[in-house]
Formats: sequence, C-alpha cells, structure tokens
Amino acid sequence: MADLQLSGVSKSYGTRKVLDGLDLTIKSGECFTLLGPSGCGKTVILRLIAGFETPDAGTVSIGSKVVADAKHALPPEERHIGVVFQDYAVWPHKTVHENISYPLEIAKTSKEKTAEAVKKAIDQVGLKGLANRYPYQLSGGQQQRVALARALVTAPSVMLLDEPLTNLDANLREEMRFEIKELQRKTGTTIFYVTHDQEVALAISDRMAIMDEEGKIRQTGTPDEVYEQPVNEFVHQFLGIPNYIPFEIRDGSAFISAGGPKGAADIRIPAAPPAAFRDKAGKAACRPMDIRMEKNAEAADTLPAKVLRLSLLGPIIDYLVEVGGVQLRAQMQTEEATARDMIIAEGDACGLRFTNLMWFGIDGEAVR
Amino acid sequence: MNSGKKINTANLVLIFSILVLVIVVAVPVILIFITAFFENGKFNIAGVMKILSDPDTYQALLNSVIIAAGVTLVSTTIGTFFAWLVARTDLPFKKIMKALFLVPFMLPSFIGALAWKVLLSSRAGYINKLLIAMFGLEKAPIDIMSLGGIIAIESMYLFPFVFLQVAGALERMDPTLEESARISGAGLGTITRRITLPLVMPSILAGALLVALYSLSHFGVPSILGTEKGIYNIPTKIYERIYASGGSFGAIRVGTILSMILVIAAALILKLQDVLLKKGQYQIIAGKSMRPMVLKLRGLKIPLLIISVIYIAITVILPTVTIFMVGGLKTYGLPFAAKSMTWDNYLKIFQWKMTRDAIWNSIYLSLGAAFVTMLAGTMISYVIVKMKVRGKFMLQFLGVLPFSLPGTVIALGVILTWSGRFGVNLYNTPWIIFVAYIARYMAFSIKSNSASLSQVSDSLEEASRACGATHWQSLKDIVIPLIKPGMISAFFLIFLPALRELTTSVLLYGPTTRTIGVAIYALNEDGETVRAAALASVALLIIFMGEAIIRKFLAQLDKPRAKVEE
Repeated sequence: MADLQLSGVSKSYGTRKVLDGLDLTIKSGECFTLLGPSGCGKTVILRLIAGFETPDAGTVSIGSKVVADAKHALPPEERHIGVVFQDYAVWPHKTVHENISYPLEIAKTSKEKTAEAVKKAIDQVGLKGLANRYPYQLSGGQQQRVALARALVTAPSVMLLDEPLTNLDANLREEMRFEIKELQRKTGTTIFYVTHDQEVALAISDRMAIMDEEGKIRQTGTPDEVYEQPVNEFVHQFLGIPNYIPFEIRDGSAFISAGGPKGAADIRIPAAPPAAFRDKAGKAACRPMDIRMEKNAEAADTLPAKVLRLSLLGPIIDYLVEVGGVQLRAQMQTEEATARDMIIAEGDACGLRFTNLMWFGIDGEAVR
Repeated sequence: MNSGKKINTANLVLIFSILVLVIVVAVPVILIFITAFFENGKFNIAGVMKILSDPDTYQALLNSVIIAAGVTLVSTTIGTFFAWLVARTDLPFKKIMKALFLVPFMLPSFIGALAWKVLLSSRAGYINKLLIAMFGLEKAPIDIMSLGGIIAIESMYLFPFVFLQVAGALERMDPTLEESARISGAGLGTITRRITLPLVMPSILAGALLVALYSLSHFGVPSILGTEKGIYNIPTKIYERIYASGGSFGAIRVGTILSMILVIAAALILKLQDVLLKKGQYQIIAGKSMRPMVLKLRGLKIPLLIISVIYIAITVILPTVTIFMVGGLKTYGLPFAAKSMTWDNYLKIFQWKMTRDAIWNSIYLSLGAAFVTMLAGTMISYVIVKMKVRGKFMLQFLGVLPFSLPGTVIALGVILTWSGRFGVNLYNTPWIIFVAYIARYMAFSIKSNSASLSQVSDSLEEASRACGATHWQSLKDIVIPLIKPGMISAFFLIFLPALRELTTSVLLYGPTTRTIGVAIYALNEDGETVRAAALASVALLIIFMGEAIIRKFLAQLDKPRAKVEE
C-alpha cells in the first residue's frame, strides 16, 4: 500500500499552463476523488501519476519513491498501477480472458497462477461465463467491467480511474459505482478517481478534492465536509443546487441587496452573519432543502416571498420563489408537504425560514 | 520522454523515420532543384529559359498540356456519365457493372496502348486493314498513333478515377436534399441541374484534376503511340534525351528542368484539388450509405446497358484478347487464323534470358519494395500519428511529397543521388530501381497506415503500458495486430503497381536489370511486336492472378475487422 503524492507539480501545453505548483496527497488505502469541471486539468493529474505525462516542475511520488520529476520519469510500465480509461480501452482483438490475462503475461506469471487470478478477477467484476467473448460482443457496461478486471488482476496497490462511468447509462452508472466502492473495500487498494460527476464523487469517496477551471484545488475533505461546509463559493456552487442571497450589512444586520424592486433593500435576512464576518457585503447561501416554507408570509423570522413555479419531481416538490428580486430554489419531501398541507400554489405568497445559512465574503471565501 | 533505455525505442523510431525520408525523398528532390537551377555552382535562370524555349522541348511541353487537357475532358465526361448511370438509374446488374467499370484500372495502360497500336496503327492495324478491305478505302481511316489517339487511349484507362469519385459522392449524397426539391415542385431535370450537379461538382473536379495529374506526367501511352511518330510529351522527351545521349549529365540536366515543370504543375493541381475537396465537404454528403433517388430509364434501360457492355468490351476485353492473340502469332502481320498461331512465343518467354530476368526482376523488386516500404511507412506513420514530437510536420510533408512527384522525376532524383555522388553507385544495379520504388510508393504506404493508425485510440496503447508492457511490447501486442489490415493493404497497394511499373524503371534499367514493363517496352521499340505481346500476356496473367488472390485475402482480413468495429 502506498501514499500518492504530488508536490509543486506544474505542467504546460504550449503556452497554456494547466497546472501550477499543485500539491496533492492521497493516503494509502483510501478512495480519493478529484472532482472538477471538464477541461480543468484533472485528467492531466491522473496521467502524471500513471506516467503518460511528465511534470515540467515538481515531483510525483508513489509510496516513498519519486517516480517523476522535471528531469527523470519512470515509464508507466514500471509504476505498477492499474488504470481504467473513460473509453474502456479494451483491446478489440483480444477476448475477455486475453484482455484480463495480458498484464500477467507481461509479468511472466505462471500459467496456473494466471488462470487462477483471471478467474478471480472475472468473478469479482461479475463477468462469469463471458471469458471467451470478444469486446464487440459485450455491452458498454460489460466492457467497462473488463477494463476494471484488467486493472485489478495484478492486485496493484494503486488504481487510477478516469471518468470510468461517464459512458454508461444512469442505472448502470449507479450500480457500478457501488461495485467499485465494494471492490475497493475488499482489496484495500488506493483509488484515485477523476470525474466531473458530483454524485459519483460524493457517493464513493473517502476524501475528495474540488478543482476549479484554472487547475487549482479549492477544497479537500470528506464528502460531508465539502458538501456541508464548503470553504468558498466555488465549491458550494459546484456541489448540488446553490442558492445565493446577496446582502449588505447595515447596523449589524444583513439586508438583501439584489437591486430588486423598491424597498427590497429594507428586507432584513432573519439571521445574522457570524461575528467573524468583516466585509460590508457578501452572499448568504443555502441548499434548496435548507429552506423551510410557511404559508403565512407574515410569520415571525421569515422572509416574505412569492412562489413563481411549482414542480412535482416525484418524491420531491421543487419551488422557485422570489424574495426582494432574488430567485431561490426550495425543495421539500412530497410526503411531508402533503402531510403538513404545505403545498403552495404558483403566485401565492409565503414565508421562508433558513435552517443552515452559509456566509461568503466579497472574495467568495466562507466565513464561520 | 521516459527514462533509461526506453528513450531509445521512441527516439530510434523517430531518428530512423527522419533518416529514411531524408535519404529516400528529400535528397533526390533537392538535387533535382539544384541541378535544374544551378550551373557550375551558380544560379542560372537564363539557362533554364533557354532550354524551355528550345523548339524541341517547347513542343514536348505543349503536347503534354494538349494531351492532359484532352484526356481530362474525355475521361471526366465518360466517368461522370457512367457514374451517374450506375449510382442514379435503374440500370440492370448495377453491382456487376460498377465492378466492371473499375477493371480498366487493372490493365496497365501501356499494354492497352500496345494492343490498340496493333489494332489501329495506320500501317498495319488489323481493324484498319479490315475497314480498308470492307469499304475499299484508299488509306487507313483511323490513325491511333497521333495526339488524338493518345488522348483516346489514355482516357480509356484513366476514366475510373473520375468514375470512383463521382459514383462515391452520388451514393453518399443525402437523398432528402433532392426529395425536398421534388416536394417543392421541381422536376427531375431541374433537380439534376440545380441540386445534384452542383453538389457533386467538387467530386467531379477532384477526379478530373487527378486525371490531369496522371496524364501530364504519363509515360506509357505516349511512348508507345507517340515516339515512333515523333510525338513527345515531357516524360518521353526526358527519356529520349537521356537515352540518346547515353545518360550524359547535360541530358539529365535538361531532364531536371523539364521535371521542375512537372513538379510545379503537380503541386498546383494538388493544391487546387485540396481546396476543391475541402469546399466540397458540405455536410450534405453524409458518411453513411442511403438509398438515393433513382431515375427510371424505361425504354432506354436496355440500350444503355448494351452501350455500357460494349464500352467495357471495347476498352477491356478487345485489347486483352488482342494481346493474347498477337502473342500467339508466328509472325506479326499474319491474319488471326489457326495455322498462323503457335504456343512457341509463350514458351520462349520463359526460355529467353532477357524476358525471364525481367519477370524475375519485377517480382522480387516489387515484393521487396512493397515489404520495405510497408514497414518504413508503418514506422513513419506511427511517428506522425502517435508520437508527440516537434517538427513532425516535416515528416508528414516529406512522406506525402512523392505522391505529387511524377515517376520520371523520381527516377531523375534517384539517378542524381545514387550515381556515386555520395560514394554509393547503384547505377545499372537492381538496387537503384529498388530505391526508386520505395521513394515512389512511400506516400501510398503512409496514407494507408496513417488511416488505420488514427483509428487506434491512444488509450489502447496506454492501457497496455499501464499493464506493464514496455513501449516495444505494446507496439507488438496491441498496435501492430490492430493495424495489420492497413499494413497488408499498403503492401498490395505497392506490390501491384510496382509489378507493372514502367515510367521510373525505364530511366533506371541496366543491361541485366530490365523489369517486365521495360522489357515489353524494349521489345516493342525493337519491332518485336509478337514477343512484346507474349510477354504482356504473361504480365497480364500475373496481374490478374495477383488481383484475384489479393481480393480474396483482403475480403478475409476484413471479416474480423468488421466485427471489431461494430
């Protein structure tokens, strides 16, 4: 088992600087997800670890061994890492069995051991009975399993997964992500998982990092931490549906400042920013589920709002509401809403209460 | 890129690729330029102008242009018409007809020319004699050994270039474009004129330019039908000058200057074609085959079928039969009757040293060149498509450059490079032909291999590296098995044309290094028409057999690949 570490890694393509002095540590045995928008350089990080790219500056280490710096790099085949690609990269001219046994052949493993390991890998990913099929005879999900089994078969201490579920349909994606997590629990492999899909990231990670378009890591932590306590606006708006209420501070209270209709500035947010909040203005933020709605718009400690749109999303009711020129999304469980007679028609007034407001300063950093 | 010895695998491939292209392509081309424009180390444009304005060379230039223009016009008309017939009408037996229209590709045009000379020369042409006897004419009604004759015969064998391009475009064209015109009330005539024709025009022009490119630098037909009557185009003039002077440097210099004209013309034509094809890629031409709108020929159906069949009979079957028959005559000029026929000539082909050598030379030279060029082309394509190295656009440029170089030009470049200037003298050895073939067919190999390599996703190779395979192992286990069909088709794309090559070999052969093409040509020059025809028959048999084997082979290869791509 081995830690993965990147320190001070920079990488440019031509004049475009993709990574600039990046530091990242993945602990041995954890499932670590790197989440970021498309084109932010997260795949470059994976390729640096795998050895398909070399850093312009900085070092890449696996365990205690530096595998790449600006001058030297260990070729991919000597890093003993399993890699699963977005497009599966299952070799079309080899059968399932041949695909999976290839890493062992290269390692000159004995026939008996190879047969055993391949059988085990095939069982692990649920491909029993398909060993002699060619990739063109398999579905996308099955091909993805072949790729996974091929990466697993040598029991590498580190596995790199590059958006491995993106090309699968929604049901299969959900199923596969639990299987990956399950496999990792069984084998204890360190997993570095790159994706732009927040659901996958939140579901399978032990820890995760959020990367922005400039290739900077904005927050690292457990899924809980990054979701519940985002350290800045970028992370907050990247995960889940974000709601923002711009405000300004007057007399120690926060007033909505959306530039909305007259008098909007007089609407006071029924909560105070934390004592550490020093800026004159900022944004209060919450998730749709953190908004409680009241039928009585005049109720104490609520914001007076109007329902613009009501959509029933099965188990959830989704409202678009407007308060002082600011539009917010609010959600509640359908069951609870019916039980409490809380369904509010479009155009009706209501009161909003917040259960978990977050406060971001002018620079977008969270203040607690 | 990587550490230790792995640097070498990648860099070795890179260095070797550059070396091959520089030695085989760049040096000969540069030497042609230098020889053409520099005299005694000085830039000399006046000398160039003097040679070009010499009436003798000027006439050759003019002839080249006239022939190319005529051939382009005729082949484009014929090619477009038959393409339309096959792609857009309810002509019966369309599939078979389409295949038949491509057969002229198989028949080497100089062998076709030889057959037509036998049939239609003014002096002894069999058809001419027949017509004179039938109608009591004073003199032969048709003289194939003229500019018009050259144009007619070349067109017969070059029209498939246009046919292929246009038939392809017509078949891939989105039929809804025409259907919507029809719904808007346009008649079929209007649709053809206003919709269909403009849409396939780029393909027609591209095919036409390809014909122009070939015709401008074509050696075979003009050499057989023109030389005897003093009609020269640029390639035959170059050959005549060099041959007459016994390969003197002065003659070679004239050759290089005339070559420059060919190179420049070819470059312009290819550039124009590139522009046209890019413009032609409106999205209307979908990649998938759809069912196009078909014109009902009604009463014209059978007449048009008969015309097509007669056309193929005249251009393919008649010359082929003629060659086989003449090859069996006891003496040229005898009527085709049982008592004047003999198997002797065919047997002699395998007994005479000259013809036996020629067959053997052609076979091993084309096999060898095809093999080496296929391997080198695979390697160079790998660098171009897969490796991230600076300056690979140079490789790309050098790799496809020979495509625009006429065979005559390549031969001259090879003579200049390999006649002892750099300490290696291959003149009069088979090696000089070997090197020339490699240079001439490298572009084919690179095109075919690049196409198949670009279909192999990078991640397939990276996956094997991640599995522990070295660069070399991953090439051997993953990349090469996946591009094998492309490599094999590259091999045959080189082997078949090399087998019947004439233009380049004719400038390079020595006393013992004649190829089949050269031997047929030489026998014809010496008036040994019967023997030339016998050798040509043997060549045709080899070519037809080769094509048959290859078709079967490629069809088999395609099966597993088709599965893979599903």
